[in-house]
Amino acid sequence: MTGPHQRAPRVVLVDDHGLFRSGVRAELGRQVDVVGEADDVQSAIALITELLPDVVLLDVHLPGGGGQAVIQAVKTAHPQVRFLALSASDAPEDVIAVIRAGARGYVTKTISTIELADAVRRVAAGDAVFSHRLAGFVLDAFAATPSADDLKPSFDPELELLTNREREVLRLIAQGYTYKEIARELYISVKTVESHVSSVLRKLQLSTRHQLTRWAAERRLT
Amino acid sequence: MGYVEHPTRWHRAPSRFRQREGNGGPLRRDPADRLGGGVASGVAAWKGFNVTTVRIAFVLLTVVTSGIAVAVYVLAWLVIPAAGAGPSIGAKARSDAQGIRLAAALASLLILALLVVGALNGGWLISWAWPQVLSVAGLVLIWRNAPADEQATMRHLVAPLEAATGVTVGATSPHRRSVLRLTIAGLLLLGGVAWLFSAHGSIALLRPLGGVALMIAAVVLALGPWWLRIARELVLERQARVRAEERADIAARIHDSVLQTLALIQRRADDPAKVIQLARLQERELRSWLFEGRAPNEIDADLTFAAGVRQIQQDVETRYGVPVEAVTVGDTELDDNLSALLAAAREATVNAAKWSGADVISLFAEVELAAVSLVVRDRGQGFDPEAVPADRKGLSESVQGRMSRRGGTATVSTAVGEGTKVTLKLPLTATHPQGPRPPRPSPAGRP
Repeated sequence: MTGPHQRAPRVVLVDDHGLFRSGVRAELGRQVDVVGEADDVQSAIALITELLPDVVLLDVHLPGGGGQAVIQAVKTAHPQVRFLALSASDAPEDVIAVIRAGARGYVTKTISTIELADAVRRVAAGDAVFSHRLAGFVLDAFAATPSADDLKPSFDPELELLTNREREVLRLIAQGYTYKEIARELYISVKTVESHVSSVLRKLQLSTRHQLTRWAAERRLT
Repeated sequence: MGYVEHPTRWHRAPSRFRQREGNGGPLRRDPADRLGGGVASGVAAWKGFNVTTVRIAFVLLTVVTSGIAVAVYVLAWLVIPAAGAGPSIGAKARSDAQGIRLAAALASLLILALLVVGALNGGWLISWAWPQVLSVAGLVLIWRNAPADEQATMRHLVAPLEAATGVTVGATSPHRRSVLRLTIAGLLLLGGVAWLFSAHGSIALLRPLGGVALMIAAVVLALGPWWLRIARELVLERQARVRAEERADIAARIHDSVLQTLALIQRRADDPAKVIQLARLQERELRSWLFEGRAPNEIDADLTFAAGVRQIQQDVETRYGVPVEAVTVGDTELDDNLSALLAAAREATVNAAKWSGADVISLFAEVELAAVSLVVRDRGQGFDPEAVPADRKGLSESVQGRMSRRGGTATVSTAVGEGTKVTLKLPLTATHPQGPRPPRPSPAGRP
């Protein structure tokens, strides 16, 4: 978890729930550098553009367009700013909307402080972070045999299918394993685990799978 | 002198009803015995006649007065209070500005239509239709201000009409309704044109028609925006009512679940374990309601494999107070073999909750084409499998025995201080030739 980011990552908290912000700030205070807070889409965009933090902890449900509106407004101009989505819900359309908008990870608000700090560092280092529920959801969406709906002319096995190794990694994440535990279980390095998860994230963002696009469409995301 | 008992109510009613005062009590509509507004049965009870006689008399009167009796009936409905109820509908309608405007708009539309038809063909139909301008306006006011049970009767009476015109969202599909409506409109148009041509049969017809067209244009120009605004206001009002109903429904559910739990939590504030357990229970209920559309405490009607896993999660959390994180991938129908797998999984989960000391247990189930697998894992103290006393049969009998009898396997990997992981696997092909069920609409990450 060290790597290129020896110093504590600079973090902006975006959440419309003041109580939650102050709670996270108090818990994470020593492990990351919380440089700013915002409570809606407009102020978040302004603050992020001004501070250019390493990681934005982003609530999915925000007044003024939701978390994905913030990502879409910032990511083209400042691709170095990374987003970790945080939500109280596990609805697939929430997950998919914010991931496809460009978030590097998705965790639920019940996550422990240690895990959250770890997730922030991981996202700051450019890796992806999946909650166990997100892992289960991805396995579901990328079922082993694509349904007839998925076999479009644009079907690209590179993007539409998970490799066996990726599946194994996702299964272990769904069972609550940490990356370190996964590495030990599968006899691979933590770096390799990270690269598998990042590859799954890329497929999640680029795939045209029917389930993914439908869930995204429900949120008017395309 | 019955009406002396209700002086405030009666001084509002038009004076002609006072003059008709006779024997019996005050004139009241009888909602218990009604075809329309219960006016006929009210009059019958008031004068001591037979209801059927009054109704026949009313129909005759309608024919004789060419429809005026209908308007009178509607007005009576408006101004005569129902027996046992408060003030009359008319008294309530006076404060319903929206309804009065709507009634005026509909009446003006009808007047316009009658003027046009009258200009083309003034027959007995027209003299019948004029009093109905009043009836329509009165019915609108009644519709908007009548108590719920009377509205229900009216809805029942006009249901066939609504289905044809598409006024309400009924049981028939919107598509079929609009086809029906367009067909009727087309027939009316054809009939009208044919009528015009047969009546005059010459080009001279176009001259009065031109005048009528100008008149329509003028009235539409003058009153059109007003009609539009009233229609829009009606739509807005209906939306507001739907929102209010939804809100009430949500408030009721939140009260039944969240508020009750919060109250419980406040009372048990000195017992952290209990508080966590209550919060978890409530969280799970709320999630399944918000994200899976299941009402709290609703039992899964068709118990599937994934529902069975959820059941284990719920039972263990409730009974042992240890959080269980369950993730299911895919789903399939439950059969004997899978029930046995679930029973084994339950045993393994209960074991973990009782002995491991872990603060969370992970449950992961995956339905694949050829097999179902289920992993129960904790980061607790683990144990030495060799050191388990022979009389503690939980793991070997309930878990491994169950699985092997069904042609499956159970693997336990554990060591002291390393946590425990029980992996259950069952091949599917033997019992499920059709393979797993396709994923359901929102299958992922069930809590």
